[in-house]
Amino acid sequence: MNGCEFSLQGARLSALGSGALWWPEEALLCVSDLHLGKSERMVRRGGAALPPYETRDTLERLEAVINACQPATVVCLGDSFDDLGAALALGQEDRLWINRLQAGRRWVWIEGNHDPGPVDLGGSHLAALHIGPLAFTHIAQATAVGEVSGHYHPKAALHARGRTISRPAFLIDTARVIMPAFGTYTGGLRSETDVLNRLMQPAAQAIMTGKTPVALPMPR
Amino acid sequence: MGAGPHLTARMGAGPQYNSASGGWPPFDSTYGAGPHCNTCYISAMTALPATFQNWFHSKGWSIHPHQQDMLDRADAPSLLLIAPTGGGKTLSGFLPTLIDLADGTHEGMHTLYISPLKALAADIKRNLTTPVEEMGLPITIDERTGDTPATRRKRQRADPPNIFLTTPESLALLVSYEDAPRMFKGLKRVVIDEIHALAESKRGDQMMLALARLQTICPDLKRVGLSATVEDPAAIAHLMARHPDPCEILLADPGPAPDIQMLRTEEAPPWSGGGAAYAIPAVLEEVRRHNTTLIFHNTRAQAEIFFHNLWLANDDSLPIGIHHGSLDREQRARVEAAMVRGDLRAIVCTGSLDLGIDWGDVDLVIQIGAPKNVKRLVQRIGRANHRYNAPSKALLVPANRFEVVECVAALEAVLEGTLDGDPRGQGPRDVLCQHILITACAGPFDEDVLYREFKTAGAYTSLTRAQFDACLDFCATGGYALRAYDRWQRLIQRPDGHWQLRDPRAAQRIRMNIGTIQDTDTLKVRMRRNRGGKPLGEIEEGFAATLTPGDTFLIGGQIVKYEGLRDMTVEVSRDSAKKPKVATFMGTKFATSTQLSDRVQQMFTQDSWPELPPHTAEWLRLQREVSQLPLPGRLLIESFPHDGRAQTAIYGFAGRNGMQTLGLLLTKRMEELGLNPLGFLATDYATLIWGLDQIDDPAPLFDRAAIEKGLETWLGGNAVMKRTFRASATIAGLIERNSPQARKSGRQATFSSDILYDTLYKYDPEHLMLDVTREEAMRGLVDFGRIEEMLDRVEDRIDHRVLSRVSPLAAPLMLEMGRVPVKGAAEEKLLADEAARLMETSGLAQITPAPSHKPKWRVGY
Repeated sequence: MNGCEFSLQGARLSALGSGALWWPEEALLCVSDLHLGKSERMVRRGGAALPPYETRDTLERLEAVINACQPATVVCLGDSFDDLGAALALGQEDRLWINRLQAGRRWVWIEGNHDPGPVDLGGSHLAALHIGPLAFTHIAQATAVGEVSGHYHPKAALHARGRTISRPAFLIDTARVIMPAFGTYTGGLRSETDVLNRLMQPAAQAIMTGKTPVALPMPR
Repeated sequence: MGAGPHLTARMGAGPQYNSASGGWPPFDSTYGAGPHCNTCYISAMTALPATFQNWFHSKGWSIHPHQQDMLDRADAPSLLLIAPTGGGKTLSGFLPTLIDLADGTHEGMHTLYISPLKALAADIKRNLTTPVEEMGLPITIDERTGDTPATRRKRQRADPPNIFLTTPESLALLVSYEDAPRMFKGLKRVVIDEIHALAESKRGDQMMLALARLQTICPDLKRVGLSATVEDPAAIAHLMARHPDPCEILLADPGPAPDIQMLRTEEAPPWSGGGAAYAIPAVLEEVRRHNTTLIFHNTRAQAEIFFHNLWLANDDSLPIGIHHGSLDREQRARVEAAMVRGDLRAIVCTGSLDLGIDWGDVDLVIQIGAPKNVKRLVQRIGRANHRYNAPSKALLVPANRFEVVECVAALEAVLEGTLDGDPRGQGPRDVLCQHILITACAGPFDEDVLYREFKTAGAYTSLTRAQFDACLDFCATGGYALRAYDRWQRLIQRPDGHWQLRDPRAAQRIRMNIGTIQDTDTLKVRMRRNRGGKPLGEIEEGFAATLTPGDTFLIGGQIVKYEGLRDMTVEVSRDSAKKPKVATFMGTKFATSTQLSDRVQQMFTQDSWPELPPHTAEWLRLQREVSQLPLPGRLLIESFPHDGRAQTAIYGFAGRNGMQTLGLLLTKRMEELGLNPLGFLATDYATLIWGLDQIDDPAPLFDRAAIEKGLETWLGGNAVMKRTFRASATIAGLIERNSPQARKSGRQATFSSDILYDTLYKYDPEHLMLDVTREEAMRGLVDFGRIEEMLDRVEDRIDHRVLSRVSPLAAPLMLEMGRVPVKGAAEEKLLADEAARLMETSGLAQITPAPSHKPKWRVGY
């Protein structure tokens, strides 16, 4: 598996280059901020009609990680849908696709600020999920320990010999991991941003996604 | 340097510009040669009314022949006047209007004036007001640009002035309002000033589409275009005509030939670079010897550096200003005002000063760096002198050795009066899409009527119905192969077949995004708030990202220190550092024109070069001795070892963008052939490639089919295409620059347009926007046309010289900036190395990969 390993409160985790988080001991795969149906929501609200392929692309990549890891549990860490309307508007083909991915495994939809209510797709719908030392939730709480969250879409930038390389990134320290967004139509929030700075400990690291995930001191 | 080059603080006692004429371009009784009219039918002379004659007499002026000519042909459906700068062009355009309005019977708007620059509109208003007041004419005049306050805009819509001055963007906005027919009611004439500056741009295409709209509202509208000297007046006439009606062309006397020379200095120009710092003393000397000097640069960054150096050397404290598009509006306005007052001895500037604003007593134009194309050079020179009968005076300052050759070639072109220019194809479809949305904002429309309307615009006369339908479908549904949004179409068809916005509120979003000028993402720069917070200008977001607190950079001629970013504004403080970074601005990297490149190659065939300074002639002679010079119709390639790498220089003369693309394609081809290229760089005339293996036979690299195939696959993922896509998709309304919910500090809600490009390329490769992008890139940044032209030109005539060391002609390439590493595995390695180094330096490497295995790290939680 193409991952960068670290541990959080004793749980050995692997940050995958795709932006997913893999917990081998529990055979648990976690992805955050899929934002399925984003283009549908935008056009519904009078915005531009973006290419309506992001759901397909996100599911394709999700399927690839699931096939590679064969997880027993999949946790979608909130903002899985761009809003509840977008979840309702998913095409039949996409629904069947999600059903196929869910077959034979536990599937948890954590609620996010974009998708606070249950959706009529398989799987359970939770505000948070606790397994062993870890808590899976959408938005980080400053006082939490052993927390896996998403929401902020962190990205990190690195200047190397005159070139700036900026990519979605995991932010990790001894108390938490903040996951990058997995959805195709998602942007990033720079790790230097105040809110991320406040949440993360001084010795925090960023793991940049990409072909080979790379750990570096969290850019501040 | 004291308080820094602040204009207001440094204003010296410059010569006063006598503005008794109210700023009008002077009229001249000795003006001799008559105008030439290429569609020579002569109509009866229209006599000047007494009021006007008296006013002219009181000024001691008489009417120019071409002004009379314009008056005589005031009824022509379209009329294009080509006249040199200072030829009283603008009055030619307005005279029929003033005469028509003199009796005070006209109600509402009579004449619409469109200029490419906001500043020009303001200037014209001032200049028009003088004769109107002096003759006591009952005419109202007002301007509207992006800077006009909302209350005045509202008033203008309710009670339009007789003469309305505006820009293409403001016009596009006005025709998007439901009440446009009321506002433009009674409109008789439209005057398009400096139309040459709009002719080859999307701004011009948008303007002509808006005019097509106006013409439907006001069928009797007459069009007048005013242009500086251009190579192909017929092309501009074609653009501005209301097809199928003709557009007459009037050619005024071009005036005396300009006096242009190349600056010759004792000191030889450097081998590379564009700063021309070596010429500073000579330039200062010229500034001293003239009243007002304009010092043009090809890029804003160069203007900043030059201005900085000029100030360091300005021992006499001559009042000198800087003017470019990235400076704060207020600061620009201050420079402009000082210039008009005649308070400045010189202005260091870029293209933002290129247009025909009446700047007063400019008696010298200096062009720093090669004038990539001759047409622009001539227009800049035209700025030099507003005295119609005196020759314009200009000085070319080559920034490096190669530019000496280019400058001499450009001089010859000017003297022969051959201006360059490549014909432009059909107008771009992204502009068309935006105009469909603009039309929808104004109210329901019939697609057949709209199609016919578009076909009357010169740039779109060849638009096919299928192309139009695809644009309309894009605007209505997104035009995707996957029909996902049928419920949420942007435009819907009513039962009567007319199209309208599904959600009327969308009009606001569309209006907020009108325009075709592409800004790169820029951040405002201001002094840190507790020091007054004065806005200084803008820098590119990409440049801002490279700054760390404490870094210094140049903006508006002063050195500032980066303090931090607050609310998406770069905060700085003053600093007295000696060696600042230079802020980067949207590249105005023009490519050298085909014609100028040909001339340079032609010069290389000469036996000797008496017209060149010795240092440059000697350089070329040495090149001939050691290797050979590039020859017309052949392709010179030199291979030699340098810096432990195998180097290959390809002298393709295809312009910067073309040579850049060639570098990308050739290195890709070399990778396929196992030649291990490491990187390349491109200039206007050559591409230099370095790698591990020497090239023994270059011919297979230039296999046309392979290059074309390489282009197709390369187009998929490259940054140039993505940038082009971003521009076109923004114009077409797929990406919104501005949205009603202004962006806050966080930006995770927005995502890169690159993602859209990749997604479309993967799932919908036939989509309209990709087609538009390809078309744009081919004639723009990719400039593949120039490469094809090069391949046609040389066929298999390749001169490959294998040398033991770098040749004189290749030596400057070694010093050029802008090296492009060959991507792929390289970037991943770079990233891994740098990350490892950072982990090591920070001490984090010791605690990886398992920080929480050591409880002592759980400090504070």
